[in-house]
Amino acid sequence: MDFTLTDEQQLIVDTVRRFVAEEVVPLEADLDPDAGELDPDDHARLVAMTREMGFYGFDIPEEFGGPGLDVTTRALMAIEMSQHRAGLYTPCYGTFGGAGLAQLFEATEEQKERYLYPTLRGEKLGCFALTEPSGGSDPGRAIQTRGHQDGDEWVLNGAKLYISGADKADYALVFARTSDDGGATAGRNGVTAFIVETDTPGFNVRRVVHTLRSTRYATEISFDEMRVPAENVLGEVNRGFAIANDRLSRQRIPYAAGCLGVAIKAQEMAIAWAKEREVFGERLAEKQSIQWMLVDNEIDIRHARWCILEAAQAADRNDRFRTEAAMAKLVATEASGRVVDRAMQIHGGLGMTKDLPLERWYRELRIRRVGEGPSEVQRLIMAREILGGSFK
Amino acid sequence: MGGLAIAKPWVPLTAAAAAALPAQLGVYEIADADGTVVRIGYAGGRQPFGLRSALAAEVEAGLGTQFRHEATHGYLTRWEELLMLHRAAHGSLPTGNADRRTPVGRLRPLT
Repeated sequence: MDFTLTDEQQLIVDTVRRFVAEEVVPLEADLDPDAGELDPDDHARLVAMTREMGFYGFDIPEEFGGPGLDVTTRALMAIEMSQHRAGLYTPCYGTFGGAGLAQLFEATEEQKERYLYPTLRGEKLGCFALTEPSGGSDPGRAIQTRGHQDGDEWVLNGAKLYISGADKADYALVFARTSDDGGATAGRNGVTAFIVETDTPGFNVRRVVHTLRSTRYATEISFDEMRVPAENVLGEVNRGFAIANDRLSRQRIPYAAGCLGVAIKAQEMAIAWAKEREVFGERLAEKQSIQWMLVDNEIDIRHARWCILEAAQAADRNDRFRTEAAMAKLVATEASGRVVDRAMQIHGGLGMTKDLPLERWYRELRIRRVGEGPSEVQRLIMAREILGGSFK
Repeated sequence: MGGLAIAKPWVPLTAAAAAALPAQLGVYEIADADGTVVRIGYAGGRQPFGLRSALAAEVEAGLGTQFRHEATHGYLTRWEELLMLHRAAHGSLPTGNADRRTPVGRLRPLT
């Protein structure tokens, strides 16, 4: 398998790397160590730069006005974009734009006009509301939010948990159980996706949910006799889970790539510190215990990089990549956590402080082993494919 | 703690009271003599002595006469939550937060 970058990919990687080092990192010197937002003027200035570079909206498919980059190139960019203090969850503070909710690529033309295109232009925000208090790893079965049709409307009742951005979103993609007759529409087949405007009566953000990630909170939302127009059903009634599932698979590759970028930066910091710091008359780098930590880091980084690029290339070939994406997510999230942990150990007391970004990455990477499907679910996905579809 | 205001009594905002605070990260509210919250702030990772430094600066600013605080490592999300709760209860942000340039989330807590 050849992971050599093309000339164009190398140019893109170099450009993004320089942007992060010269434009993003210097701004963080004046921000709070846990900050997740830039000053609006700085943000606007950097957005103008990414537009000028032709990278704004780099994740947007060409048919919707994006640059049409393949998955591998976007993964390489994601590896670079996360290499700063806030980079894991807010790579370059969002100045490369977003692709919105990819499920909307499958929306009707009218839905695209109302939700997708304004989102791609940066005029509207959406949020993804799938997980519930009853569970998130098996949403097809855990979803208890109910929807029933009443004339030209659907009426939704229920709650969602750990939803990011619901309090600021203009619309939410909400998954609700619309059939449980025990037949062909049971379980994951009885779920429908709805596009819900967040100013709809009955859409209530009930509380902030605090996590290890002190930069951004999650929310709990409730739907109380919330009426949604029938034209806001996304896709087919009772077939919404397929929409959610497709997103979950595709999202795993950039999710893994962001983790790898942080690990690479932590390793750079650890190497630099090991070469500089002297203990008991010699530099840390001369001690075998430290050398082995750095080598273990390198093994973890190269393992994760291999899995990410293998998954990305499979996606670019239009091959099945479900196992590859699950493996990339599993390996990158767990390996990156280990790398940052070792980098903190090498830095000693300094590694525990907010003077360095390591403690922030340590906290945020812990969430990554659960977000977008925990490690155990990734193993379950791979086991199903290894054992074959007929195995029960 | 989710969805709750700071559950502590108001304390007079003086230099001595600020100096007695722990050098921890956290959030605080400043109120006028009537108990109207005039500013919600946080002591983040750039404050040399955490809450102690932040409240000393508030004494100098002179926006209010009393305060209450809460030590927390999740100072940014807790700060956002307090701003959201205040706006949900009063319809607007405290006067001392009027210069905020980024949106505050919408919250409708259960009562």
